[in-house]
Amino acid sequence: MPDGAMQKPLVSVRGLKMHFPIYAGVLRRRVGEVKAVDGVSFDIREGETLGLVGESGCGKSTCGRAILRLYDLTEGSVKIDGTEIGQAGPETLRKMRPTMQMVFQDPQASLNPRMTLAAIIGEPLDEHTSLTRTEKRERVYELMDAVGLNRDFANRYPHEFSGGQRQRIGIARALALNPKFIVCDEPIAALDVSIQAQVVNLLEDLQDKLGLTYLFISHDLSMVRHIADRVAVMYLGKMVELAPRDGLYGEPRHPYTRALLSAVPEPDPRIEAEIKHIILKGDVPSPANPPKGCNFCTRCPEVMDICRRVDPEFREVAPGHYTACHLYPETSTKTAGQTAASEAAQSIQQGD
Amino acid sequence: MTDQSAAPEHQVVRPPRSQWWDVWDQFKKHSGALFGMIVFVTILLGVFIGPWIYHADAQFVPTGRDFIALKDTRPIYNAIWDSGAKVNWAHPLGTDQLGRDTLARLMMGGQVSIAVGLAAMGLSLLLGTAIGVLAGYFKRLDGPLMRLTDLFLALPLLPLLLVAVLLFREPLAATFGPEGGVFVLIVTLVGITSWMQTARIVRGDVLALKEREFVLAARSIGTPNRRLVMRHILPNVLSPIMVSATLGIATAIITESALSFLGFGFPPDFPTWGRLLFDSVDRMVLYPERVIWPGLLISLTVLSVNYIGDGLRDALDPRIRGR
Repeated sequence: MPDGAMQKPLVSVRGLKMHFPIYAGVLRRRVGEVKAVDGVSFDIREGETLGLVGESGCGKSTCGRAILRLYDLTEGSVKIDGTEIGQAGPETLRKMRPTMQMVFQDPQASLNPRMTLAAIIGEPLDEHTSLTRTEKRERVYELMDAVGLNRDFANRYPHEFSGGQRQRIGIARALALNPKFIVCDEPIAALDVSIQAQVVNLLEDLQDKLGLTYLFISHDLSMVRHIADRVAVMYLGKMVELAPRDGLYGEPRHPYTRALLSAVPEPDPRIEAEIKHIILKGDVPSPANPPKGCNFCTRCPEVMDICRRVDPEFREVAPGHYTACHLYPETSTKTAGQTAASEAAQSIQQGD
Repeated sequence: MTDQSAAPEHQVVRPPRSQWWDVWDQFKKHSGALFGMIVFVTILLGVFIGPWIYHADAQFVPTGRDFIALKDTRPIYNAIWDSGAKVNWAHPLGTDQLGRDTLARLMMGGQVSIAVGLAAMGLSLLLGTAIGVLAGYFKRLDGPLMRLTDLFLALPLLPLLLVAVLLFREPLAATFGPEGGVFVLIVTLVGITSWMQTARIVRGDVLALKEREFVLAARSIGTPNRRLVMRHILPNVLSPIMVSATLGIATAIITESALSFLGFGFPPDFPTWGRLLFDSVDRMVLYPERVIWPGLLISLTVLSVNYIGDGLRDALDPRIRGR
């Protein structure tokens, strides 16, 4: 797929912060906040797929939902297709909804058990268009064809479908209004492997046909490698690395990315035995109380003194390759740390 | 699941069918519900159409020699085992101690009792559902509304009802007429004192439901709160609402009886099932039919409504439907 460096960004996120308050005590006073997403900035270009990876609880899903303004942002700006929606009111948002849609993680939970398939797929049409009953039915059938569902299923209820079919319903619903941008929030996490491939291929076909832009949230690194053009890695509410797919998988810069990639199992047992996995020690710190300095300093194998004091800046270390790490103080000079880093990357690459 | 596999060669695409047909199909399969429906409709017909066929004045008290002749008539079936029983074909279910026709009184009382039951249940459901949904859905309203619910739960009901009747009977009677005033008063009172359970149950369900992903999905489509509640939340809290509705009818009929018994309900000569029951309690041993008939009718109504509710709840749930 083309890198699309020339294309203009469809989505641009600047300094996105999503903090959830914690109330405690008898008086239910606000005692702190969970910094689920803490200052994230990136662009998604038109027609590309940005993969967003990270371990559980790092704020990927919150980030995806915040971009669609399903939450009220604590801070930051989100611009989609030229319209600022970061702090937009309900009316502006409602007008923007057809442009941006979402596919959810759990296909069982994301479909109302009391609505028929036709009603579920038709709901966006009810909300945003004034089609007649027949036109609407035609459009629903069209969408069902597009995602490969038998037209005869229109009267059935979600519980009568398999997981893969339900996810197709979810995708059809997201497509109903011809959106430009779709957030796929772990759309394959709840499916088994054979169905995952089907759904991912369906998403890719639709992208080719309709020119969609995806934010593909997942913790499945190999699936992201398959579908994404660029990949962003999140850790504890912050973005630690953002790079074109090949750059990130080939030469990961941030120690966390390296650890994450080295955790991907290798099917060949002989190679698997030789790989040096980077095993991170300890747990992810609580997002309610992140460490001072770099968020990753508590577990980083290459932690330095400065990491515990100063939060590293998110900057470009190679063309299109951004990372937030003190190992790369300047863009061009090669430090001792970076040599070590590329060595470590080498060992992972052998595993590829 | 009506069709297992449509042959691919001649695939017939049926247009979306109205959900209510599926509901009716499933309802018919629930034998208890169907039986309950038949009983309830029979009672309704008997009570509302009956007086058109069976002409007798429920409030007519005979005087003079008629009074002696007509009072305390036994039901006609007593003649089967007691040849000396005082029976009269003009009064198939006998008369009471004032010579009023029991069957006519049952019919007239039924009209009032069922109307009170349905109206009070409707009001309490409306209040309970509205307050439950508001409290569960809007976080800001949760605290105040639930404290209000606790407040109502803590009120001693009967004294409150008595005071309210004393205060409001006169002005309401002036507006709606003596019986109409009491009807409005009782429906309102029973309604606003029995919504709390519904509200609590609904709030709990709404709290759980609004975190479900399909609600989030609807929000991501841009569905405004009002339609989100109507389309996604309410249909999914239907089961507990249905259960409290069916129980609510029984409570309403019984509360009305209690009020009438204490003399705070309808006027003494105005029959309701509860009133008939309480009027006959002191001579229950001599005239058991005067207790049995109203009691039986109250029980049958409550039971049949319960079964209807049960069947409706099952029929409205697509996961149970078709099994």
